[in-house]
Amino acid sequence: MTDPVPEQRNAGDPPVLEARDIVKRFTGVLALDRVSLSLRPGEVHALVGENGAGKSTLIKVITGVHRPDEGEVRLAGRPAGFTGPLDAQRAGVQAVHQEIGLVPDLSVARNLLLGREPRRALGLIDTRRMHQEAARTLESYGVRVDVRLPLRSLGVGAQQMVALARAVSVDARVVIMDEPTSSLEPREVETLFGVIDRLRGQGIAVIYVSHRLDELYRICDGVTVLRDGRVVHQGALADLDRLRLVSLMLGRDVAQVRAEGVTRFSGAHEAAGEPVLEARGLSSRHLLDDVSLTIRPREVVGLGGLLGAGRTETAKAIAGVLPLDAGGVTVAGLPVRRGSATAAVRAGIALLPEDRKAEGIVPTLSVRDNIALAALPRLARAGVVSDARIDRIVETFMRRLRIKATGPHQPVAELSGGNQQKVLLARWMATEPKVLLLDEPTRGIDVGAKAEVQALVDELAEDGLAVLLISSDLEELVEGSDRVVVLRNGAVVGELTGDELTEEAVMTTIAAHTREEVA
Amino acid sequence: MTTGQATAETPVTQDTYALSGRDRAFGLIQRHGATAVLVLLLVVGSLSFSRFPTGENLGDIAITSSFPAMVALGMTFVIITGGIDLSVGSVFALGGVLAAYAVRWGTVAGLLVPLLVCGAIGLVQGLLIARVRLAPFIVTLAGLLGARGLLLSISHEGATTYLIPHGSVLARLGQGHLFGLGYPVYLTLALFVVGGVVLQRTGFGQAVYAIGGAEDAAALMGVPVARTKIVVYVLSGMLAGLSGTLNAARLSSGVTILGTGMELDVIAAVVIGGTLLTGGAGSVSGTIAGVLLLGVIQNLINQIGDLSSSYQQVVSGAFLAVVVVAQTYLSRARRL
Repeated sequence: MTDPVPEQRNAGDPPVLEARDIVKRFTGVLALDRVSLSLRPGEVHALVGENGAGKSTLIKVITGVHRPDEGEVRLAGRPAGFTGPLDAQRAGVQAVHQEIGLVPDLSVARNLLLGREPRRALGLIDTRRMHQEAARTLESYGVRVDVRLPLRSLGVGAQQMVALARAVSVDARVVIMDEPTSSLEPREVETLFGVIDRLRGQGIAVIYVSHRLDELYRICDGVTVLRDGRVVHQGALADLDRLRLVSLMLGRDVAQVRAEGVTRFSGAHEAAGEPVLEARGLSSRHLLDDVSLTIRPREVVGLGGLLGAGRTETAKAIAGVLPLDAGGVTVAGLPVRRGSATAAVRAGIALLPEDRKAEGIVPTLSVRDNIALAALPRLARAGVVSDARIDRIVETFMRRLRIKATGPHQPVAELSGGNQQKVLLARWMATEPKVLLLDEPTRGIDVGAKAEVQALVDELAEDGLAVLLISSDLEELVEGSDRVVVLRNGAVVGELTGDELTEEAVMTTIAAHTREEVA
Repeated sequence: MTTGQATAETPVTQDTYALSGRDRAFGLIQRHGATAVLVLLLVVGSLSFSRFPTGENLGDIAITSSFPAMVALGMTFVIITGGIDLSVGSVFALGGVLAAYAVRWGTVAGLLVPLLVCGAIGLVQGLLIARVRLAPFIVTLAGLLGARGLLLSISHEGATTYLIPHGSVLARLGQGHLFGLGYPVYLTLALFVVGGVVLQRTGFGQAVYAIGGAEDAAALMGVPVARTKIVVYVLSGMLAGLSGTLNAARLSSGVTILGTGMELDVIAAVVIGGTLLTGGAGSVSGTIAGVLLLGVIQNLINQIGDLSSSYQQVVSGAFLAVVVVAQTYLSRARRL
C-alpha cells in the first residue's frame, strides 16, 4: 500500500458536520458536557471512549434521535435541527448500527432498495429491475449474492455490507459506523476498509466508532476521545501514540498511575492449592478465540481489556450461558457439561451478570425471595421448602453482606443500587458456589457502596472462593486481583501477576501492537 | 444470477452465498405446505367419497369458504405486520346486520354503511395500536366486545332481525351464480389477486413485511410504520364488514349470532397457510390454501355420515397444532 492515510488534502474545506457545545442531560444526569466535534468532507474520524463515556448519546444527538439540551448540530454550515433519525437520513446523515438495522426476512434486494424500488406503470414495483440494480450495487461493494435470498441467509459481513451500501446510496454526506467490524472476519474487514477509502475519495465524512486500536490507526485521520461525557482529547490520530490513547480512554494518566490507590481491597487472601476452575480453549465464533484460564481457591483473577474484548463473553462461557464452538470447563477436576447453565450452577459456578436489572434482580419480589430464588432447589426436601430454613439463610446473608434494608420483606426495587448488587451476591452465595464470576460488580453504584462491595469480594476470596473479577475500572481491577488476564479481540494477549501487575502494564498490554505485519 | 454485463469496477472480494438444499426445502414446506396437503386431501376425498368431487359439492365448499377467506385476507396483512385482529368475528356479524338494516335506503347504502362503519372500527383500533402503542391483542379484544355490543343495540338485543328483500340487488349479489359458482367466490378471488399484488409489488406491501420483520429497523429505514399499521387494521375491518354484508345477502337477513369464534378459525387458516404469527413472513396464496383446507376438512367429515360434525373442530385443532409446531421447528432450524 502506498498511502493508506491521504494527507490532509481537505484541511481547508469547511466542515460538513459540526456539533457545537452539545449538552445533554437525562433526568438530571449529565450525559454530554459541552462536546464539540467537527468533520471535514472525506475525513474519517475516530470516536472512542469506554462504556458510558457518551459516544452513543453523541451519535444519537447527531442523528436526531435525541435533541440536545444546549448547543447545536450544524450540517454544511447551517443548523441541522433534525426532528428524528429519518429527518437526519434525508439530509444525508446516515448511521450504520451495530445491530444491523435491516429486516432479516426480507430479500437482500428489498432491504437494499426499500422505499426506493424501481417502479413500473401504476406504481408497481419492477421486481426484475430491482434485482438487477441491487446485484449491481452490491457487486461494487465486493458482495456477490443472489439478491432474491432473504437477508438472513447471508453471512454477517455481507449483511453489514448491505447495510452500508444502503446507507451510502441515499446521498450520504456523513456516515456513522458504530463498531462496524465487531462481527466481521478479517477478510471482510479489508473489504470494509476498501469501501471506507472509496467514501473518503467521494468526500463523504465518516465517524468511526471502534475499540480496535489497529483499525483506528489504519483508517482514521482524526480522533475524539470521550470520557464521562466530556471531550478529553481531540486531534490528529497520528500525533497520539497507542499507550497515550488507551490511558486517555480509561482515564488513567500514565504518570498518575503510580499514585496511591483508593480502593478497599486489602489483598490479604492468598491463593492456595490446585485450581478449582479450569477453562480450556474457550472458542466461539467472532467472540472468543481459544481463551484459557485457571483460578485457584482464595484467588481473585481479573479480566482486563477494552469494551468488546471478550471479557463478559468469557464469564458467560464459563457459566454455560454462551454457546461454545470448542473448549470446556472443569470445576475441581470434574468436567462441566458444555453449554448448560444448569450444569454450571450445579457444579458450583455462580455468575453475577453485568446488567443486573435485565438479568438478575426481580424488582417486585422481596429481599428474602430474591435471595432464596436460586437456592430453592437446594433447600427443598421432597419438593417442599421449609420457611424457617429460608429465613435463617436470608438472615445470615443479610447480616454477612451488610444489606441495608428495612427487613427481609422489603421489595428489592426500593433498595439502592449497591444493596441490590449485594442481594444478588447473597442469592448466589446461598447456593454455596465454589467459583464466583463477577461482571462489573461495582458499575452504577455510589462510591461508598462500591468500597463495601470491593471489601466483600476480598472477604469471599479469603473464605476460599475462586473469584473472576471483570471491571472496566482499571484501579479496581489491578488492586482487587491477584492476577490479571488481558484479553483483546476475544483472545488472551497477556497475563500479569505480582510486581508486574500495575495499571500501566495492563494498559501497555492492551495497547500492544499485534498486526504490525499486516502493513 | 442476473448480472449480464461486466462491471467496470473490480470487486474487492467475491463472496457467494446460496441457500443449502435443506434451507430451500424448509422454505418450500413453509410456503406451500398447506397447498400440498390441500391437494392431497382433494385426491383422497375424491377417491373415497363419490359425492365429494361433484361440481355441486365443490361449489358448496367454494362459497362457504369465500366468507372466511375475505376476512382471512385482511387478517393476513395484520399478522404479517406482527399484529392480531380479534375483532373480525364481531365485525363480520355487525357488517351483516348493518347491511340488512341499511338496505332500506337502497343497495348502495346497504353496501357502503357496513363498509364505512367497519372501516371506522378498524381505524380506531389502528390508531390505538399504532399511535397510542397499545397491544393489538387487547385493543382488538375490546373491539370484539364493542362491535358485538353495537350489533346487539341495533338489533334490540337480537330481538329484531332485519331482512334483505328477496330479489333485491343486494340479495342477488350474495345469491347469484355464474358457471356454478356464487358471485362472492369471484369477488373473493379478485380480492386475493389484488391483495397479492399489493403485498408483493407495492411500497405498502413492502412496509407490511418490513414492520413485521423488524419494526425498529423498518422505522430507521424510513418506513411509515404508524400509517401502515393503521391502514392494515382499517383493511381488516372493511374486509370483515364486506364479508358479513355478502353473507347476510346470501342468507337474506342480518343474523346476529353469526361470527362468534370466527376470528379464531380465520387466524388458524392464516397460520396454516404459512404466515408466521410472529410477523414478517406470509402470503395471501397460502391463506387461500389454509381457508380451503379447513373448508375441505369440514366437508369431508360431513361426508362420513355417522361422524359428528363436532369432530371437525378436533381435526382442525390438531392440524393447527401440527402446523404451528412445524413452523416453529422450521424457522428455528433456518435461523441456526
